[in-house]
Amino acid sequence: MASADITERPIDDHLARVPEIGCAPPGSDIEVQLARTWESEPGWRGWLSTVDHKAIGLRYIVTAFIFLIIGGLEALLIRIQLARPDQTLLTPEQYNQLFTMHGVTMIFLYALPILSGFSNYLWPLLLGSRDMAFPRLNAFSYWIFLFAGIFMYVSFPLGQAPNGGWFNYVPFSGPTFNTGPNIDVFALGMVLLGISTSVGSANFVVTLFRMRAPGMTINRVPILVWGTLTASVANLLVIPSVSLAFFLLWLDRQMGTHFFDVANGGKPLLWQHLFWIFGHPWVYAIVLPAMGIVSDALPTFCRRPLVGYTAMALATMAVMLIGFEVWIHHMFATGLPTVALSIFGAASMVISVPSSIAVFAWIATIWLGRPVFKTPFLFFAGFVMLFVIGGLSGVMTAAVPLDWQLNETYFIVAHLHYVLLGINVFPVVGGIYYWFPKFTGRMMDETLGKLSFWVMFIGFNVGFFPMHWAGLLGMPRRVYTYSSRMGWDGVNMITSIGSFVFAIGVLIFLVNVVVSLKRGALAGPNPWDAATLEWATSSPPPAYNFAVIPTVASRHPLWEDRLDEGRGRSNFKEGLLLAEGREAISTSPIDAKPLAILKMPDDTSTPFFLGLFISLLFVGLLLHWWLFTAATAIAGSLALIVWLWPRKALAQRAMPQGDNNG
Amino acid sequence: MVEPVQLQSERLPVGSAGKLSGGWWGVQTLIVTEACLFGYLLFCYFYLAAQTEQTWPPDGLPSLLVPGANTLILLASSACVWAGERGVHQSRTGRGIAGLTAAIVLGTAFVAIQLMEWRNKPYGMTTDLYGSLYFTITGFHMAHVIIGLAVLLLLLVWAMLGYFDSRRYVAMTIGGAYWHFVDVVWLFVFSTLYLFPYL
Ligand code: HEM
Repeated sequence: MASADITERPIDDHLARVPEIGCAPPGSDIEVQLARTWESEPGWRGWLSTVDHKAIGLRYIVTAFIFLIIGGLEALLIRIQLARPDQTLLTPEQYNQLFTMHGVTMIFLYALPILSGFSNYLWPLLLGSRDMAFPRLNAFSYWIFLFAGIFMYVSFPLGQAPNGGWFNYVPFSGPTFNTGPNIDVFALGMVLLGISTSVGSANFVVTLFRMRAPGMTINRVPILVWGTLTASVANLLVIPSVSLAFFLLWLDRQMGTHFFDVANGGKPLLWQHLFWIFGHPWVYAIVLPAMGIVSDALPTFCRRPLVGYTAMALATMAVMLIGFEVWIHHMFATGLPTVALSIFGAASMVISVPSSIAVFAWIATIWLGRPVFKTPFLFFAGFVMLFVIGGLSGVMTAAVPLDWQLNETYFIVAHLHYVLLGINVFPVVGGIYYWFPKFTGRMMDETLGKLSFWVMFIGFNVGFFPMHWAGLLGMPRRVYTYSSRMGWDGVNMITSIGSFVFAIGVLIFLVNVVVSLKRGALAGPNPWDAATLEWATSSPPPAYNFAVIPTVASRHPLWEDRLDEGRGRSNFKEGLLLAEGREAISTSPIDAKPLAILKMPDDTSTPFFLGLFISLLFVGLLLHWWLFTAATAIAGSLALIVWLWPRKALAQRAMPQGDNNG
Repeated sequence: MVEPVQLQSERLPVGSAGKLSGGWWGVQTLIVTEACLFGYLLFCYFYLAAQTEQTWPPDGLPSLLVPGANTLILLASSACVWAGERGVHQSRTGRGIAGLTAAIVLGTAFVAIQLMEWRNKPYGMTTDLYGSLYFTITGFHMAHVIIGLAVLLLLLVWAMLGYFDSRRYVAMTIGGAYWHFVDVVWLFVFSTLYLFPYL
């Protein structure tokens, strides 16, 4: 032990101790020992069993991006079909499956998981911690996500993919009108995916309240953390609603129950309530963390702190609070009482207040700063513009009468893509440009980067702006073709061309990733000269993140000398060492005072196996293999028991005096 | 130059120390999300019951005697878990074991009686809308009781292996919290399915 200044230790050292404070420069004994305890085994076993949040975060990002590409290819097929009137490339049924899978893939398998990837990778680094609160749960959540994604695609090659649209309304998706396995795959897949999202959200919530570095009081956490926290709380509250809806639908379809069965007193509108109670907060869950990415990264390129930190944090939560109450706005056209419609319509408009606060904060940050026009900045600035356009068309549809006119037209398709691509895809790609050096230790190419931005930005607007027009001309969504007498030929052609331009932009980005991985310039710890904690450690960060747990003194730990806010300075040199096995510090929820030394779990493949067994259980349900289902349930229970078994190494068991070799 | 802040080091608990442990926070998030799940289930019940054109419940008012007694059995099991946890806290592992054993017996009795209830219903899950609701809601709860029983059984094994003492027993607290949750949920399920039709 290098910490020689530790004098005496009480005997019950393993249940309480005074944590060592010291320095651990690279190459010192402590640092070497930390690396040894935290690094995963090389080879496939280490790969399967790692619980390192950085590995898991990157897996999330890569997997979700692959789903984005799959969903994108589906969209391109759709756009080829719609480029000209009366085309026959796709049959109506194929078209239904394609737009359904496109929506499902984008909304469920790309949009949230990619943000979970960012947050998983970044949270512990942003918060100055060694890992998430539940590293094994984190691995588990990734595996279930991967398996659920594969599950939802199993019937695709058979030509029996989900075909009822991503919100899957009954009675069309009920047993009478949709007899194949299409909807069952979707229903069970969604329940499975719900498990992943729920445990992931629980992990974020607990991590925020327990795992921050000493001194990182609640008013110093980065906005990305607020965004993901808000999304996670919402997920915990609303995921059960959609999981239940899909499970009841599966019961209706396979077990003969009557929840949505009109002939026997069931109510299709029940589906819509359960779905949108979930669906609307979900829409915010897939944008708030992305807004957080911008709020944290944009200031780096404006060379000044974000304007209105507190307002932004509050706006983030306000958006979600209101978001809970507006699910009805997806049901304006269902014949609900007018009073209800008016209230919900008004609430929907109120959302524009916190959203505008956010927009003004970003604009003010750019305005008052000295912008540096690097690629990430372009993506973030582009995002602000698209946010405004998407927001405007959103306010328009919050007006009930206008919604009646525009509902189910391409105006909605335009709105939803401005919101989703604008507020999710642009920040995500910008975020990858921004954190790529942290992920890999290398910079991405600027020339290709700027090119990819302009191609994506122009392609996107050429592709999606005319859709508003198509909607106003009355073109309904979800039609597999149209007659040229409708006068929609021109807009559709332009839209299709724009889509391909956009796709080329994404391709340039991917080429950039591949090239930069090999040949990018080496990045130091802090290539952008940014302010937050993740840039205080090397790129890529070591397995233990921080050899010495930082002690934080302000919201901008790396800009303190420059901003000179007069408070103390954050301390990266000397602090908690926590090197007796895998350890982390737990601090108090508000003012981040050290509370306990946490024993963190070692690498283990139990999460993988538990995830596998649960996924196989769903396969059993799908195929009605009841014995197989039972067997996987038992196997899963055993895996869970192994997981939960109290361990001495984690100080979970009573230990007689003197026996502390765990 | 402003000096870097220095952390003062104090003596801190190590590892899974009671309510400072990760598991305790984890089970709370589990309880929140599961409570929502049951909330939505009961929402379905009220939403459909409010709009039905059938008599509700179709087979007349449910008898309260057996389910009422069963409710008391479940509540008693919660009390046993609570007593067991206190026992462990006071270093009386024997009491802990006794409390858990009693809770498991009572919980199993609840399951058996509930299965009998199911058998005695003249309708099934597919007979009508009410049957679907009744069996799905009680089925969800039953699944939770069975998982809860498995948890209690594990706790019992761990207690007998001597894993708990007065300073390290957070598994008891966590498992206990889950069991209490399952019991409280039953009060809502019971009120909805058995008491509400009398209003
Ligand atoms: C190259 C990029 C994209 C193109 C060309 C594209 C194209 C389309 C088109 C033409 C439709 C309408 C299909 C119809 O109603 O008949 C559609 C629907 C949809 N898109 Fe995209 N899209 C793209 C990217 C995205 C992304 C990134 C997301 C989400 C993050 C997304 C989410 C959706 C959703 C949710 C629907 C509704 C599906 C439904 O009606 O069930 N799209 N897309």
